[in-house]
Amino acid sequence: MTAATTVTAATAEPGQEQPPGRVSGTGRARASWDRLRRDPAAWVGAAIVTAFVVVAVAAPLIAPYEPAGSQWIRQITPSDVPGPSEEHLLGLDSFGSDLFTQLVYGARQSLVIGVVSTLLGLLAGTVLGVLSGGIGGWVDTAVMRVVDIMLSVPALLLAVSVAAMVGRSSTSVMVAIAVAQVPIFARLLRASLLSQRGQDYVLALRSLGLRERRIVVSHMLPNSLGPLLVQATLVLATAVIEVAALSFLGLGDPDPAVAEWGRMLVKAQERLQNDPQLALWPGVCIAVTALGFTLLGESLRQALDPRARR
Amino acid sequence: MSAAADARRAGALPVPPGESLLSVRDLRVQFVRRGAAPVTAVDGVSFDVGAGEILGLVGESGCGKSVTSLAVMGLLPRRSSRVSGEVRFAGRDLLTLPQQQLRDLRGRELGMVFQDPMTSLNPVLTLGTQVTEVLRRHEGMGRREARERAADLLRGVGIPDPARRLGEYPHQLSGGMRQRALIAIALACRPRLLIADEPTTALDVTIQAQVLDLLQQLVRESGTAMVLITHDLGVVAGLCDRVDVLYAGRVVESANRRDLFAAPRHRYTQGLLGSVPRTDANGKVPLTPIPGSVRDMLPWADGCAFLPRCHRGDDACRTAGIDLEPRAGADAASTPPHRARCVHPAGLDDAPGPAGAQPAGAHAVARPDGAEVRP
Amino acid sequence: MNAAPSDDAEPLLRVRGLKVHYPIRRGALLQRTVGHVKAVDGVDLDVPRASTYGLVGESGCGKSTFGRAVLRLTEPTAGSVTVAGTDVLALSPAELRRARVSMQMVFQDPLASLDPRQSVEAALVEPQKVHGMPGGPTAWRKRVTELLERVGLPAAAAAKYPHEFSGGQRQRIGIARALVLGPSLIIADEPVSALDVSVQAQVITLLEELQAELGLTYLVIAHDLAVVRHMSRTVGVMYLGGLVEEAATEELYARPLHPYTRALLSAAPVPDPEVEERRERILLQGDLPSPAAPPPGCRFQTRCPWRQPTRCADEPPPLRELTGGHRVACHYAEEIEAGTLRPAASAVA
Repeated sequence: MTAATTVTAATAEPGQEQPPGRVSGTGRARASWDRLRRDPAAWVGAAIVTAFVVVAVAAPLIAPYEPAGSQWIRQITPSDVPGPSEEHLLGLDSFGSDLFTQLVYGARQSLVIGVVSTLLGLLAGTVLGVLSGGIGGWVDTAVMRVVDIMLSVPALLLAVSVAAMVGRSSTSVMVAIAVAQVPIFARLLRASLLSQRGQDYVLALRSLGLRERRIVVSHMLPNSLGPLLVQATLVLATAVIEVAALSFLGLGDPDPAVAEWGRMLVKAQERLQNDPQLALWPGVCIAVTALGFTLLGESLRQALDPRARR
Repeated sequence: MSAAADARRAGALPVPPGESLLSVRDLRVQFVRRGAAPVTAVDGVSFDVGAGEILGLVGESGCGKSVTSLAVMGLLPRRSSRVSGEVRFAGRDLLTLPQQQLRDLRGRELGMVFQDPMTSLNPVLTLGTQVTEVLRRHEGMGRREARERAADLLRGVGIPDPARRLGEYPHQLSGGMRQRALIAIALACRPRLLIADEPTTALDVTIQAQVLDLLQQLVRESGTAMVLITHDLGVVAGLCDRVDVLYAGRVVESANRRDLFAAPRHRYTQGLLGSVPRTDANGKVPLTPIPGSVRDMLPWADGCAFLPRCHRGDDACRTAGIDLEPRAGADAASTPPHRARCVHPAGLDDAPGPAGAQPAGAHAVARPDGAEVRP
Repeated sequence: MNAAPSDDAEPLLRVRGLKVHYPIRRGALLQRTVGHVKAVDGVDLDVPRASTYGLVGESGCGKSTFGRAVLRLTEPTAGSVTVAGTDVLALSPAELRRARVSMQMVFQDPLASLDPRQSVEAALVEPQKVHGMPGGPTAWRKRVTELLERVGLPAAAAAKYPHEFSGGQRQRIGIARALVLGPSLIIADEPVSALDVSVQAQVITLLEELQAELGLTYLVIAHDLAVVRHMSRTVGVMYLGGLVEEAATEELYARPLHPYTRALLSAAPVPDPEVEERRERILLQGDLPSPAAPPPGCRFQTRCPWRQPTRCADEPPPLRELTGGHRVACHYAEEIEAGTLRPAASAVA
């Protein structure tokens, strides 16, 4: 043991020696939280994500108009779409709807599809990961081959095929994105479970006569939740982009009344020359939201892993 | 400092008369971190090492022994640590030396061997590259010359078939082999000072014996000065000329090894010796553990840091500025003087303490159940 | 545990011909076995009730694998393990889980062996719950408090998490956990090697007190010859998967017969300058051979300073009893002891 331990000991590292009484029962979580709080990236990420969620949830309260319809279609001319005005904060879109309202409701769509698909992917990935890393043997081999096959198909292509099979709807987008995420979670969880498998504490639990199932479900799995949570946040960023991408490709909800950022981009295409703002705003929304989730995910990762500290 | 040892290197600075090769004075290391109080890891450590001498720095985790060695080598991160005091090596203060000059000294005149031979070698470079690198940088040798010298060095540390080994990667070597290779690298430029931080802790006993023999031979033959950092009293007993025992960042006892083992003065040293079982014990000798752990310490400003774990301590120990000093008599007459930072040194002051009167050496622990003791 | 009749003369733990061979597999898709790592290669030993057997050896000798195989935390390849009359290797998974009540393990790294997310109380209650110990939650928690007190921890420790303790305190928790089901056999794998010197003595003393109080039987696995000597009544020396020598502790340390034991003892540092200066070291050459390809004949022959041209290279020496319970696996043990055989000059320093 080296004296370097003293240093870390006194600087309240989780997992290291700490003077008793200085940390509460949840010392590790506390230390992670402290690290998270000191990270400016976490603040920026959290602010963006919070804003996004608030906008999505409170869309009807924030948006000045109803999302559907083409109320102001008369004002659209072939060469001009009305820009920002007192009535319309960001102007109208090419179908005569209020652009700001569309963006606000688009957030709602992205959030719902993004979160639901990520949860689905997380769930399925966790099941596969537990089967594979928790049981091992031929189950592991079989599951991992399936996952390998899923991985060898590019996520977007996979999503396109699923959407093509199930048909155009929000549900198909959700399923498509979820399917693309399954291998990410399954592999991560498997790796985490396998690395714990060799640890002494698992051996100790086994020597106490605990069932393998109980060891995996109530000990190893909870210890893998941190990395899974981080990954889920990062995946949400991709999901937001993928929702837009799939809509852009015409795979989303066929109902034109449903506002969606990706579809707004498609609609903006025709008028890109004259009215670039129609593409700019949804583009900015997608990018900022994805950035928010990425920043939050990365800072979570660093906060949960003391070794990642600079 | 022998003339021969000095002469073997042209351009090496002479050691000023009356000074040791390495002379550390009042070394203090603090670690600072935003939003937290600074932590003092080394709290005024002083020692000297001369050519051909081995000094042992002994202590447990957190006593500051490794931080001391890193501070001497100038290897502590500048941003998070504050180092003060004086580290005089051949007349220069290493702490104030510019980075460039310090780098030139490291590897050439200052060598270091770390505990973990696996992580101290670069896994993607061959052994040959790693040994010759030092020679070419510091000695300005050509490729071929460096290669030959490297083979000699490996042979010198007892690695068989060195020419083949030079082409191998660290993972192809066993632990003992790797540690010997690290020693070869540390010795490549015949350093005048070698700092070995737990050099054998990761090794098996039979390999440990080989490595210790090697280090000893090296010091005796080439007049290198060595600081050996370890927690293992057995290693110290066999190898070191003088021993400094560290506790909570300060030297608590300093003596030549015979005096230290024959008559430990500080209660911590005494406790350590009573804690280790021996392979040569006559029958079963009961162990007398020190209660508590190194965390149970008093700040030095409030008295003796060891007081919370000491069976002899009393209110007299609750005073700042207990000095490291020899007691009159044999201790003061010994060379170097046998010094201890203790108000009630063992063997000299055995007035009845809280644990009752006991003869020196047959100490018992106040809490034999070994429960943690809180100050 | 199946209450098979066992009289006190019967050793609590009896191991016969225990082997653990790991297959070495090659090939990415179609794996084929190209050899075996013989981590443990035929070990016999007996541990009488309420005594301590010390198993000593260097890294890679298979001592940890042996300990795990005895508890079936690693499945043995062959052999038999009997604990209090029960054939452990014949138990079904469910029977084995129930049998674990009577045999427990203390691990080397106390932090790694505790679930970081479990409080001490949860870690000590869970096994009781799983095994349906009588009394229900209140009794279980009471037992936790008693155990913590017994291993020298305050009752407040129950609500804390492993990382909040010092190394020594964590090992006390590890010991409390091993005791919670009331076992008779405890296998301690390097129980003190991760601890500070001053704390090692505390833990050793605690283990000794517990043994005296509860009549526990210990198998202590360690690389530290002094620790093993201090704790054990009988000591076995392991090299490359096999026992090379076994004797009562005093006998083994006073009269080591196997060349490997002699080399080990001559290399172990003693905290006494007088002893260190008189010491005559027997240096071993080379490194430990790979357990995948152990040398033929005597497994120590590649490094033995007393190696003879006959027998050593081709005839595996059996572990044979020389005098009262002193067993050694060396063809020339008598000659080496008598001094009629001398070690190679290069091996003595």
